[in-house]
Amino acid sequence: MKKRILVACGTGIATSTVVNDAIESMCKENNINAEVIQCKISDIPSYKDTTDLLVTTTIVKEDYPFPIVNARAFLTGIGLEDTKQEILDELQKNR
Amino acid sequence: MSSIYIDESLILHNLTPGNKEEVLRSMAQNLHEKGYVKSSFIDAVAEREEQYATGLPTNGPSVAIPHTDKEHVNQKALSLAILNQPVEFGVMGDAELTTSVEIVFMLAMDSEHSQLSILQKLMGIFQNEQELYYFLNEKDNTKLMNRMKELLKGDE
Repeated sequence: MKKRILVACGTGIATSTVVNDAIESMCKENNINAEVIQCKISDIPSYKDTTDLLVTTTIVKEDYPFPIVNARAFLTGIGLEDTKQEILDELQKNR
Repeated sequence: MSSIYIDESLILHNLTPGNKEEVLRSMAQNLHEKGYVKSSFIDAVAEREEQYATGLPTNGPSVAIPHTDKEHVNQKALSLAILNQPVEFGVMGDAELTTSVEIVFMLAMDSEHSQLSILQKLMGIFQNEQELYYFLNEKDNTKLMNRMKELLKGDE
């Protein structure tokens, strides 16, 4: 089944653009059928019931029914392999 | 697409800041004086940093990438501040951690999705500690500007 991944930063301008691109490439490499949506933090509630994973460079205070992965590693390279594995693990779980 | 603007007057060395807000306001004020951003950018970039921190620990000196919404921007530009004294910034995506930032890359962005190549190149710099130390230690603004242009040029 197609997975929906949200990528969000505070204003939806800078950091999420980089992360968005990296995740799209990653899904292709791993043959994961996913729709990657870049959005603002304030847009997340409207995707609440249709999202499999949130990847974000900022702090999320609300509770959501999907897992949240911090994407800072995509920007700094520190811990990047761990973060990628975390995302793949979440996407390969059956829900 | 036109590339991001950077010139020597946007590379700041001699800030004597006490805290991150002073750094951000000095940089934003300078961008405003040169006409790249509207006066509203100054408050907007400071407020956004409070809400969504942009400090990034690297394998070398920590950096920060303050930015805000495009409506405050006249023309896209990049300003650098190399800090004599590190300044504490919140770490991106973490409510509790701070990091001692030595180089600030302030981004004035004029569109939401067309900056990918510039951002990816910046991230490339952040992942290269030798490059970061070059920016930290080089005092000659012409060299710094040329280095930055070299690193950012390409396939926009």
